Amino acid sequence: MAKITMREAISQALMEEMDRDPAVFIMGEEVGVWGGTYAVTKGFYDKYGPDRVKDTPIAENAIVGGAIGAAMAGKRPIAELMTINFAFSAMDYVVNQAPKLHYMFGGQFKVPLVIRAVGGGGRQLGATHSQTPDAVFAHFPGLKVVSPGTPEDAKGLLKTAIRSDDPILFIEHATMYQVRGEVPEGEYLIPIGKSKVQRAGKDLTIVTYCKGLELSMKAADELAKDGIDAEIVDLRTLRPLDMEPVLESFKKTNRAIVVEEGWKSYGVGSEVVSRIYEEAFDYVDAPIVRVAQKEVPLPYNRTLEQAALPQVPDIVAAAKEVLR
Amino acid sequence: MKKEQQLDMYRQMVLIRRVEERGAELYQAGKIGGFMHLYIGQEAVSTGLIAARESRDRVITAYRDHGVALNCGLSADSVMAELLGKSTGMSKGKGGSMHMASAEKNFWGGHAIVGGHLPIAAGLAIADQYDKNDNVTICMFGDGATNIGYFHEALNLAKAWGLRVLWVCENNNYGMGTAVERASAVHEIRQKADGYGMGNERVDGMDVMQVYEAAKKAIEKVRTEGKPYFMEVVTYRYRGHSMGDPERYRSSDEVKQWHAKDPIGIFRKFLLDKKIATAKALDEIEARVEDEVNKAVEFAEASPEPALDELFTNVFVEN
Repeated sequence: MAKITMREAISQALMEEMDRDPAVFIMGEEVGVWGGTYAVTKGFYDKYGPDRVKDTPIAENAIVGGAIGAAMAGKRPIAELMTINFAFSAMDYVVNQAPKLHYMFGGQFKVPLVIRAVGGGGRQLGATHSQTPDAVFAHFPGLKVVSPGTPEDAKGLLKTAIRSDDPILFIEHATMYQVRGEVPEGEYLIPIGKSKVQRAGKDLTIVTYCKGLELSMKAADELAKDGIDAEIVDLRTLRPLDMEPVLESFKKTNRAIVVEEGWKSYGVGSEVVSRIYEEAFDYVDAPIVRVAQKEVPLPYNRTLEQAALPQVPDIVAAAKEVLR
Repeated sequence: MKKEQQLDMYRQMVLIRRVEERGAELYQAGKIGGFMHLYIGQEAVSTGLIAARESRDRVITAYRDHGVALNCGLSADSVMAELLGKSTGMSKGKGGSMHMASAEKNFWGGHAIVGGHLPIAAGLAIADQYDKNDNVTICMFGDGATNIGYFHEALNLAKAWGLRVLWVCENNNYGMGTAVERASAVHEIRQKADGYGMGNERVDGMDVMQVYEAAKKAIEKVRTEGKPYFMEVVTYRYRGHSMGDPERYRSSDEVKQWHAKDPIGIFRKFLLDKKIATAKALDEIEARVEDEVNKAVEFAEASPEPALDELFTNVFVEN
């Protein structure tokens, strides 16, 4: 096992798939000559050239809409959105076109498209550039939403996404590119739509994904010092949502919290908690608690921003609350 | 142009009109739901345009798509069945009036968000550019679509990247009920292409031969020069924007004036004057179309509803 960063994992996945399949190409803002604003595609332009690493105008409708057309016509484009906040500029394509075209025309067209988008707060970018709106996108049937929390998952899931015939929104976290983790040697794929137990435990279940996984792992270490053994289930994919490992864990621990970086109202936690109550009500020993972002636009000031984002102590406190 | 092709274009124009006249009746009878936008009056545009393409050239349009579907070679049966939401429609009854398409006929839809298909058209051309072929994508849209952001992003990208798209604006004078003069900064829509350094022209969309000749040249230009081109085709819809349009925004005199330029009448006169066909031959074509449309209605009405499990198919390719 090699230990690499999230950035390297994503970069490797892109490169391996571009080497494997000539139909795969990248288009987005500053993906080429610049090397990617998060340096994920550094070196790609020199290796693959401008036909396969396409620098686009700053025009999200052209980026995602264009990628949809190319995908319908049999290519495998990877459209990069510099941040997920810009997906709102292309909202029609992300939620109203890509997820509908296969269904609406009776299966005549496929949209093998990956939209890579960088999400999350914590970089002092202010209210319009810092959101975690994952739940918004996961609301729409026809769009798969993947958001990994480890380099291993990022690489394996992205490779699968690129090979998939469905449109997939692949959400990466802006503060996680330097996160290191072990990645299997050689080629591997991870199926989309499978949640995973990232830490085994017996006292409570923490359901989370992406940045929430990083925070929850730290919280679990803290909890362990107090003799609390948390099990962490990483959703990895928000749609289709795989509740099996969550329910299996919950039936064992009977207590759960859900940790997400996005806002609590109408969020991922709302969905997960509902599903647990619907499908495992008899196993509930305590009300399930959600840990999420405060209900404010994210401020620029670092102290205020961090106060709005979920933190490790919030998770520890929530875990203790459900165990009380 | 060969006589046979001209007669076939006449047949297509009459077919569009008859299919839509019957469609309107079926809509009034409650057998067709949702929105339905008729192409009646504009038949010369897509007929001339699509007659000028090679089968490898892609066609994509907005929601006023029944005519385009028929011009692309879809059967009246398939169109009528989709209007009635039947399983035998080309989109299996899941698309309806606004979402007709045929992968087989190189017809990429039928798109209902105004302007939304323009970047997708650019994307189809990106695929062809990527494959280093010289296929042309013909993208049709209304005058209303030229006021929305998608239009500008798509035209800009097409020119910047040298995409083989023939942009065809069907200017029928109204975006829903708002006249071009009330909604658009420039009243000759083709001028918008100037802003992107794109070659453009204005064509009489009531005369199918003029549309055909212009389209033939334009497609060739796009193909050989490897860059987009813009055609504004001036036309007029005789019916409302959609079924249930109160038509408060135009006078009956105006509609009457445009009826004098009926594209089917103009083409019929052309064919007779040039002695390409006799009145009898054209009447026979019309009778055959009438019969075909009657059969299409029977076919659509007799076709089964989609099975209930169709509800859950094609949400994803991979479940």
